[in-house]
Amino acid sequence: MDPLTRIEGPAAALLKANINTDIIAPAPRRGSGGDARSSAGIGAALFFAPWRFDAAGEEIPDFVLNRPPFREAKFLVAGDNFACGSSRESAVLYLKAWGLRAVIAPSFGQIFYDNCFRNGVLPLVFDQATVEALAAEAEGGAAFAADVAAGTLTTPGSRTLAFSLPAFRRQLLLTGTDEVTLTLREADRIAAWQEAARQARPWAYPAA
Amino acid sequence: MAADGTLFEKIWRRHVVADEGDGFALIHVDRQIVVDANGRAFPSLAERGLTVRNPELTFATADHLVPTDPAHPDRFARQSVPMQELRDGTARAGIRLFDIGEAGHGIVHVIAPEMGISQPGMTICVGDSHTCTNGALGALAWGVGQGEIVHILATQTTRQKKPGTMRIRLDGTLPPWATGKDLILYLIGQIGVGAGNGYAVEYAGSAIRALPMEGRFTVCNMSVEFGARYGMIAPDETTFAYLDGRPYAPKGEMWERAVADWRTLPSDDDARFDAERALDVAGLLPQVTWGNSLDAVLPLDGVVPDPDREPDAARRADMKGWLAYMDLVPGRPIEGTPVDQVFIGSCTNSRLSDLRAAAALVKGHKVAPGTRAWAVPGSVNVKRDAEAEGLDAIFRAAGFEWREPGCSMCVGMNGDTLKPGQRSVSTSNRSFAGRQGPGSRTHVASPLVAAASALAGAIADPRKLMS
Ligand code: SF4
Repeated sequence: MDPLTRIEGPAAALLKANINTDIIAPAPRRGSGGDARSSAGIGAALFFAPWRFDAAGEEIPDFVLNRPPFREAKFLVAGDNFACGSSRESAVLYLKAWGLRAVIAPSFGQIFYDNCFRNGVLPLVFDQATVEALAAEAEGGAAFAADVAAGTLTTPGSRTLAFSLPAFRRQLLLTGTDEVTLTLREADRIAAWQEAARQARPWAYPAA
Repeated sequence: MAADGTLFEKIWRRHVVADEGDGFALIHVDRQIVVDANGRAFPSLAERGLTVRNPELTFATADHLVPTDPAHPDRFARQSVPMQELRDGTARAGIRLFDIGEAGHGIVHVIAPEMGISQPGMTICVGDSHTCTNGALGALAWGVGQGEIVHILATQTTRQKKPGTMRIRLDGTLPPWATGKDLILYLIGQIGVGAGNGYAVEYAGSAIRALPMEGRFTVCNMSVEFGARYGMIAPDETTFAYLDGRPYAPKGEMWERAVADWRTLPSDDDARFDAERALDVAGLLPQVTWGNSLDAVLPLDGVVPDPDREPDAARRADMKGWLAYMDLVPGRPIEGTPVDQVFIGSCTNSRLSDLRAAAALVKGHKVAPGTRAWAVPGSVNVKRDAEAEGLDAIFRAAGFEWREPGCSMCVGMNGDTLKPGQRSVSTSNRSFAGRQGPGSRTHVASPLVAAASALAGAIADPRKLMS
């Protein structure tokens, strides 16, 4: 995964609450037993498809992600409980394939939130009033900037907001390290834990 | 005041391998079950030169993509790339795969409890958001994304932020037509779809204690529909009786030791929760959703709400969108709305008791002309048991299609979908726009409401058919 240090670009605002991952990344349907894997091409095409296209498959011109400065948005400013519902990782992959690298919302669906860090997308939580103010600033299409190391978000109006990330997650984003690599360093501790657990609860850990 | 005395805390504490700071811990995963829709997990593990750390704690099944039409030309998904990747990956790692058609095969959240793979006190992860279903056994079970599946395969652990705890008490005696499904739909309607975000929810109260195990699975299944990644119910005699004798449940002396341990898991009397809710559910009516959010729910005798009476502007806008999408008119009774399809199935309601309840209602009646009705058992074992009781014959005689186990029309990834504009009553868990195919209109309800609606060809109240 590429390191994520700085994000700069316009922000698209979509303040509706409870947008679910079936909207963000509709399940591909290819007939029985079909291949549901995603690729970057499919991702960008399906991202928000139910809202980007009408029934005839034509783009809906006033939907924010179809409008010029926001087609190139790097930030998404979203409503409460963004990306709730299905665990599909495609919600993050499609969002990234579209070009977005950060999502700002009052709260997130928890699985999506975790999936963001694994895929080099920065999810930021601010309170509802702050999110609404950011959405208002986003309207003109001017650039926001996020500095992952410093933990700052700079708005087009040159306001600077601080955000904090758990240390290990910030490190993973900054270095592009895969979390598996990080955890494999703990192999001895995992082995010790498993040994003790087998003693304490043998019924739960059958022998390999 | 003992914050550490909750069911959640007891299980969490046991599974901490390392404290990671900032509220995070490296947590041991006791069981992971991989499904066909996560098939890519094995190739990406191999591409990165990683191996499966604990194949004996890992299982696999096929559910999202499998055909459910008994006459499907590729019923065993031999042509399916994700299925082949799952077969190859599990064979190489030595993981038990329950392949299509064999005993133990079925929807992951149906088979994990049914086979005794999920047990009280365990941590259980699946790459599917409804993994919380397994929490009904008194386990800590949650859904993870694709990247996390690979992490767990390689390390048998996951880094998680410790959630807050919420207890929801549901008290009162339920009438015979009110099922676990009605309970959870009513609850979500009362507290809203975001109320559980950030919490591990424990359901308690007399209505929960009185629920049979299968109804408890239905309740916990839909925890994620109000934002709770974890839903759980303290294990009790109902739980132990359910698990006793299941293929992967402990046996003999191990069973005795396990049960003695499981009895220590329920929250202490003085356990403190970060949030508490309580609802009186005595006399609950059958429930049905009307909008594309699970909190847009009505009792069967209700009328479609009028957005102009909704004080909150954002909610009002949502309601208008749902009414247009669902093609419903404010002020009209929800009962009598014509339906094209009835779907009885999914990890929410495809177990034997669900099929029994629906079959009892349709027995001797006919599905309305113009309405298509499906019964899709959740697993091969459920199907076998149902057929042994003659439920398949009852469904068929009434005009239902009796299909092979799988997720089917819950998500439609296998091609089981509605046509644009078609309306269904479904026993699954999501009424989202497009969930059952582009333009599909889904009303989520219990198997009783679904069965009654199949007979009426319209959303119908099962009470009228229950003597
Ligand atoms: S039945 Fe539906 S909700 Fe359940 S696992 Fe399958 S797709 Fe997911």
